[in-house]
Amino acid sequence: MEYFLDLFLGGLTRGSIYALIALGYTMVYGIIELINFAHGEIYMIGAFIALIVASVLTMYGLNMISILLIASIVAVIYAAAYGLTIEKIAYKPLRKAPRLSPLISAIGMSILLQNYVGIAQTKDFIPFPNLIPEFAFLAPYKDTIRSSEFMILITTAIVMVFLTLLIKFTKIGKAMRATAQDKQMAMLVGIDINRVISFTFVLGSSTAAIGGVLIASHIGQINFYIGFIAGIKAFTAAVLGGIGSIPGAVLGSLVLGWTESFATGYISSDYEDVFAFSLLVLILIFKPEGLLGKSTTQKV
Amino acid sequence: MLRKKSFILFVLITVFTGLMFMGCSEDPATEAVQKKELEPIRIGIAGAHTGELASYGLPTVKACEIIANKLNAKCGIGGRKIELVIEDDECKPEKATNAASKLVGEGVHMVVGHICSGATKAALGIYKSSNIPLMSPSATNPPLTQSGDYPNFFRTIASDDAQARVEVEFAVKTLKLTKIAVIHDKGDYGKGLAEFAKFFLENEPAAEVVLFEGITPGAVDYSAIVQKIKHSGAEAVIYGGYHPEASRIVMTMRKNNMKTIFISDDGVKDDTFIKVAKEYAEGVYATGPKDTSTNPLTIEAIELHKQAYGKEPGAFFLNAYSAMLAYVNAIEKSCSTEYADVTAALRNEWVATPLGIIKFDSRGDAIGVGFSMYQVQNGNYVEVE
Repeated sequence: MEYFLDLFLGGLTRGSIYALIALGYTMVYGIIELINFAHGEIYMIGAFIALIVASVLTMYGLNMISILLIASIVAVIYAAAYGLTIEKIAYKPLRKAPRLSPLISAIGMSILLQNYVGIAQTKDFIPFPNLIPEFAFLAPYKDTIRSSEFMILITTAIVMVFLTLLIKFTKIGKAMRATAQDKQMAMLVGIDINRVISFTFVLGSSTAAIGGVLIASHIGQINFYIGFIAGIKAFTAAVLGGIGSIPGAVLGSLVLGWTESFATGYISSDYEDVFAFSLLVLILIFKPEGLLGKSTTQKV
Repeated sequence: MLRKKSFILFVLITVFTGLMFMGCSEDPATEAVQKKELEPIRIGIAGAHTGELASYGLPTVKACEIIANKLNAKCGIGGRKIELVIEDDECKPEKATNAASKLVGEGVHMVVGHICSGATKAALGIYKSSNIPLMSPSATNPPLTQSGDYPNFFRTIASDDAQARVEVEFAVKTLKLTKIAVIHDKGDYGKGLAEFAKFFLENEPAAEVVLFEGITPGAVDYSAIVQKIKHSGAEAVIYGGYHPEASRIVMTMRKNNMKTIFISDDGVKDDTFIKVAKEYAEGVYATGPKDTSTNPLTIEAIELHKQAYGKEPGAFFLNAYSAMLAYVNAIEKSCSTEYADVTAALRNEWVATPLGIIKFDSRGDAIGVGFSMYQVQNGNYVEVE
């Protein structure tokens, strides 16, 4: 039973890691129906920026909480700028092109950013300092859950609730939904869709950067390639949960995390990915729109 | 025009070499001297001396030449000069059999070579039926010695499974562990090592493999496999793979307050591992090649090579140098070049070589060559006894 609980918690953490990245994926898809393959790279860049800032601040001897805060803020700003720029360079010129073109452009952007960081920084693994302090109130449970895991869980929940509320109840959220439904109609009623799309990218990239800081602190090492694998898994999770749906991304991520964790725990880690992707295939056979996705008729 | 010139050159060379031989045999004085001398010890050298793998084979020729010249400058071994017979096999099994037949025909007493495992395997049978010992400086394929089919085969390089053997012996004999989890990264190198480790552990009555599993390299986290290791009750993990995954697994274990001993291979014995895992790397064991750079014999061998050829030696030079020294020692100790005497001496007499003080076990692997166990202590890999 204790073993089950350990695996359950492990899967929960792993799922939350996927979810932090999947949220941005699914939101961008929900608004402009573009699979932003460069999203994983934004996550990686966020982690690198945080590492640089944290290294500098540690030299000045700041305390851990303020380093975490400042590093996160700087990472978010940089990542948002990257997201905005990528959208302007790689996606906006292709907005009227066939749907395959921006997809290829996104893959190109992903490879470009990976190699840029690989060359400009390093291709080796580098250690990432543990920026998340040990919480005193978690001390009695430290064998069950670590504070970095706790932070990731909480942050995932907050980001999910925040994004849902933002899309449902704010003015920009309403504009986002309108853009998602019909770009031309939204333009006609006076919505600046360029602004809305830019905002979507900024928001998505910010969540990826936060994910980058927290996950890198949890794992303790980064390299230029982490965004790719995390991105693939997060994308899988987003599709599993129903791409475009915010709670779906979180649910899909958790299901994926638990599947992997239990498959490793009770069967064999050799087959971890086999089980994860078999599950994806099964779910998409019986529910092609994903767990929480809405089945939409193709617009003509 | 060029063809004509080279043809003339060729004819001239043939004529002159012919003359030289004629001169030799016609000179009664030389013949008399040769008759007074004892029969020379003929040592064959086989390996890739041309072709794309020549860089692996040529240093062996040089190593043997250095030692032969050094001994011949005095009076050889017990008055018998050393004569090297060099045959090229280009690392190709079909050429290796030809080379072997030629060496046998030349009446060599023993052979240093071949270089590549495939070529060595192809040639071994020919030497075996002629009772000629063969010592390879570079063939690492495990079955060459482990199959037990070739009592005439020796090597001065550790076989591919030597690391796994060192890991298992260290875990079972030195640390006295009984429950061991074997984890690998599903790659050729990692999985190969892990399978050897599992095999050796199963032959150890005291030890038990409680878990044998592959992980996915580059995965987001390894908490599930770490939980599984914990659940299995393993006292130690033997990991086959490279340092990025190893450091993640070690860090996850230590952060979960697991004190499980971590033993790995030379893919982990890398300073990047310590740099990334930092304080969590402390106490981790990893095997690595023995450090021989401070051995006076190594320094001497490299110095002799520089004097003779004006540059640093190439691949497997020290292994070949050691092989030659082992032969010389065996001949000196047994006062013989007979197969039975030489092989017995190789197995029983210790010899100081650049690789350390070695002799050979019953299957032909060098004892004392190969891998040492290192442990991370205060941020550095330190060799442990």
